[in-house]
Amino acid sequence: MGEEFSILPLELDNVSFEAGGKRLIKDLSHTFETALRTVIIGPNGAGKSLLLRLCHGLIGASAGRIVWHGAGDRDPAPYQGMVFQRPIMLRRSVAANVDYALALRGIRRRQRPVLVDEALVHTGLKRFARQPARLLSFGEQQKLALARVWALKPQILFLDEPTASLDPTATHTVEEIIAAFHAAGTRIVLTTHDLGQARRLADEVLFLHRGRLLEKAPAARFFAKPGNDLAEAFIRGELLWWRRGIDRREKPAGEKAID
Amino acid sequence: MMIRFWLAAAVACIWPVQAGAGDGKTFITVASTTSTQNSGFFAHILPLFGKNTGIEVRVVAVGTGQALRLARRGDADVLFVHHGPSEEKFVAAGFGVKRHDVMVNDFVIVGPGDDPAGIGGITDAAKAVRKIADAPAPFVSRGDDSGTHKKEQELWRAAEVDAAAASGTWYRETGSGMGATLNTTAAMRAYTLTDRGTWLGFKNKVGMRVLSEGDRRLLNPYGVILVNPARHPHVKAKLGKIFIDWLISAEGQAAIAAFRIDGRRAFWPNAATAGASRSAIGKKNPQPGTVNRRPSGKRGVEQLPDDPSERRK
Amino acid sequence: MPEFGAAFAEALSLVIRLDRDLAEIVWLSLKVSLAAVFLATVIGMPLGAAVALFHFPGRKAVIVGLNALMGLPPVVVGLIVYLALSRAGPFGVFGLLFTPAALIAAQVLLVVPIIAALTRQVVEDLWAEYSDQLRSFGAGPGRALTALLWDGRFTLLTAVLAGFGRASAEVGAVMIVGGNIDHVTRVMTTAIALEVRKGDLALALGLGVILMVLSLIVNGAAFLIKDTVETRYG
Repeated sequence: MGEEFSILPLELDNVSFEAGGKRLIKDLSHTFETALRTVIIGPNGAGKSLLLRLCHGLIGASAGRIVWHGAGDRDPAPYQGMVFQRPIMLRRSVAANVDYALALRGIRRRQRPVLVDEALVHTGLKRFARQPARLLSFGEQQKLALARVWALKPQILFLDEPTASLDPTATHTVEEIIAAFHAAGTRIVLTTHDLGQARRLADEVLFLHRGRLLEKAPAARFFAKPGNDLAEAFIRGELLWWRRGIDRREKPAGEKAID
Repeated sequence: MMIRFWLAAAVACIWPVQAGAGDGKTFITVASTTSTQNSGFFAHILPLFGKNTGIEVRVVAVGTGQALRLARRGDADVLFVHHGPSEEKFVAAGFGVKRHDVMVNDFVIVGPGDDPAGIGGITDAAKAVRKIADAPAPFVSRGDDSGTHKKEQELWRAAEVDAAAASGTWYRETGSGMGATLNTTAAMRAYTLTDRGTWLGFKNKVGMRVLSEGDRRLLNPYGVILVNPARHPHVKAKLGKIFIDWLISAEGQAAIAAFRIDGRRAFWPNAATAGASRSAIGKKNPQPGTVNRRPSGKRGVEQLPDDPSERRK
Repeated sequence: MPEFGAAFAEALSLVIRLDRDLAEIVWLSLKVSLAAVFLATVIGMPLGAAVALFHFPGRKAVIVGLNALMGLPPVVVGLIVYLALSRAGPFGVFGLLFTPAALIAAQVLLVVPIIAALTRQVVEDLWAEYSDQLRSFGAGPGRALTALLWDGRFTLLTAVLAGFGRASAEVGAVMIVGGNIDHVTRVMTTAIALEVRKGDLALALGLGVILMVLSLIVNGAAFLIKDTVETRYG
C-alpha cells in the first residue's frame, strides 16, 4: 500500500498537551519508524488515546513538534486512518458507510462500488451490505469501522482500544483484520490494556503512565524484563493508581516532579 | 453559486402557486370595509360588474382606518369606505382623485330579545344608549377607532354619558371587527351598535334582535375614491375608473338597490350622477364633500323612509 | 354541543359535495404552505447547520435569537412582510402584496426560525457524535454539513413538520399580507376567520375540521415514510 512514497517516519519531539490547565501529555518524544507494529499500553488515564489523537492530528499539541518526515510538501492526513474504541456508525447502510469514507477521499463515484465491495468481502461484512449500520452488533460495527479504513488503504493505522468491549470471538476477528492490514504493509499503532493482545500484536511497546512515556522497547525485551518498575507492576497485573505520595516515591529515577 | 441556487429554488417554488391564482386576468384591488364583505354585498355586485367588463375586482376587506392606510401607501387602486371626514382628508391630501357618493346604509342598535334595558322601539338613538347606561346593561363597543366606533362615540356624547369611564364594567371594548364584536355581544347577552349590512348577514344571532333604528344620526354613507395615480403611478387608474363609473351608473345603482340579505335590504344607492331610483338626495348635494361633512344630515332622513316596508320586514 | 354536531355535518357535506370554492381554498392552502416549508427548509437547514458547526463571534447570540424567533408573533411577521411588499416599501415595485407570493413570504419568515433552531440542535448533537470519525476521514465541519443533514434526516423531518404545522395553522400574517381575497389569497385559516366574523360558526368549525384532517393526513404520511425508511436504513 505504501508503494515507493511514505509519509513515515513520524517523529514526536517533546510533545505536550494541555487541557483545562492540566498537562495530560508531558514532554513526549518518540519516532514511529516504518514497518513496525507499535502497541501503546498503560492504565486508564495514562494518555494513550490522547497520544493517538495527537499523532492523527485530531487535536493539536500544546508544545513540541509532530513531524511526518516522509510527507514533504504533501498533506499527511489522507494517508492515515483511525479506528475508535466505540465505532461511530453513520446512519446509513453498511455499504454506504464505506462509500462515504471513499467519497470524502475524493474517489470518483464510478470507482467506489468495487472498492466498497472489496473492503466488505475482506472484513466478512458482504452479507450485511444493505443493512443499516447502526443495527449491526457491536463486533460487526467495529469490523465495519475497519472496513471503512481498509477501503482508504492508509499507510498508517491508529487503533484506539479497538477490542475493548468485544467478546473473544470478535476480538479474534478484529485482530485477524489488523494482521491483514499489517501484511498489506500498513503501519499499525494500537493502544490496549489487554496485555495478551499486546503480546500477540506488538513489535514495539510504549508504556505510558500519567501522560509520560515511561518506557519504550522491542516487545520481546519489554515483556521479558521491563526497565521501569511501574511497567513491571503493570505487566504483573497489579493495579496502578496514583496518589501524590506514592507517585513521588515510585517515580523512576531522573524524572522530574509532577505538578 | 449558492445564492443563485436559492433564488432559483424560490422562483421554482413560488411561481406555480402565484400563476395558479388569479389566472393573470386584468384586475384591480379595492380596499374596503368588512361590512361590505361580511354582508355578502361584494359577492352580489362584483360578478355583475365582471360579467360586463371582464375586470376582476380583488377586495381587501379591513377596517375603515386600515383601508385608508392601505390606499395611502398605494396598495389599492380604489378605496370604498364609510367615514366621510377621513375620506375628505384623504382626497384633500392628494391621495385620492375624487370622492363619489355610492350608497347609504344605517346603523342599528341590537340587543338581547328580552331587552332588559327597555330600549325597544325608541327611535332616538341617544335616548336608547342613555337607557342602556342607566340600567346599566352590558354594552359591547368595537373599541377599534373604526367608523362604527366613532359613530357610537358620537351617540354617547349626544346622550351625555361618559361610557369610556365605565370601560370594563358594563361597557366592554373588544378592539375587534364588527363580526367578532357581534359574536361577543351574543355571548354576553349585551347591546351593541352595528351596521345593518353586517347585522343582516350575521348568522350567530342567538336571540338578538334590532331594538332601536331609524335615527337620522345613524345614517352611514359610503364613498368610493380612485387612488391618485399622480401619487402612485402604478395605480390602475383606467380600470379603477371603469369600476367607479359603473358603480355610480344607473346600472350599478340598480345592482346595489337589488341586493338583498335574506330578502332584506341593507344598502340604498345615492350616487349623484344617474337616475337610479333613490338618488334625489344626491342631486340636492352636488358637492360630494358636503354630504360627508354631515352624514347625519337631512338627506338621509328623507331617503330611508322611502323604503319602509323592506326595513320593517 | 349542537354546534359540534352541526360542524361535523357541515364539514362532511362540504367534502361530499366537493364544494368547488372549498377545493380551491384547500388546494391554495396546501400549495402555499408546502412551497413556504420547502423554501424555509432550503434556507433554514443550512443556516441551522452552519450555526451548529461553525464558531464565529456572536454565535451564542444567534442561537438565542433563533430560539426566540420561534415564538415570533405571526401578526408581527405579517406587518414586516406587508411593509416590505407594500407599494411604498422596498419591494413594492414587484406588486406582490395581496398575492400568493406574499403569503409564501410571510410563512417562510415564520417557519425559517423553527427549522433553523431545530436543525441546529440536531446537527450539533450529531457532530458531537461524528466529529472524530469524520475529521479522521478528512472532512471538516464544512464538508460534513451535508452528511450531517442527511444522517439527521429523520429527526429533521420532525422539524419540517413543525414548520408545516406553523405555516398551515397561521392566520394573522396571511390575513395582513394576503388580504383574504376570494379566489386569490383566501386560504383555510383566513376563510375560517371570515366565517367567524360572519357569525357562521358551524361553517367555520366545519372548515376547521377539514384543516385538521388535512394536517393529520400530511403528518400521517410523513410518519409512515419515516417509519418504513428508518427500519430500512437505521
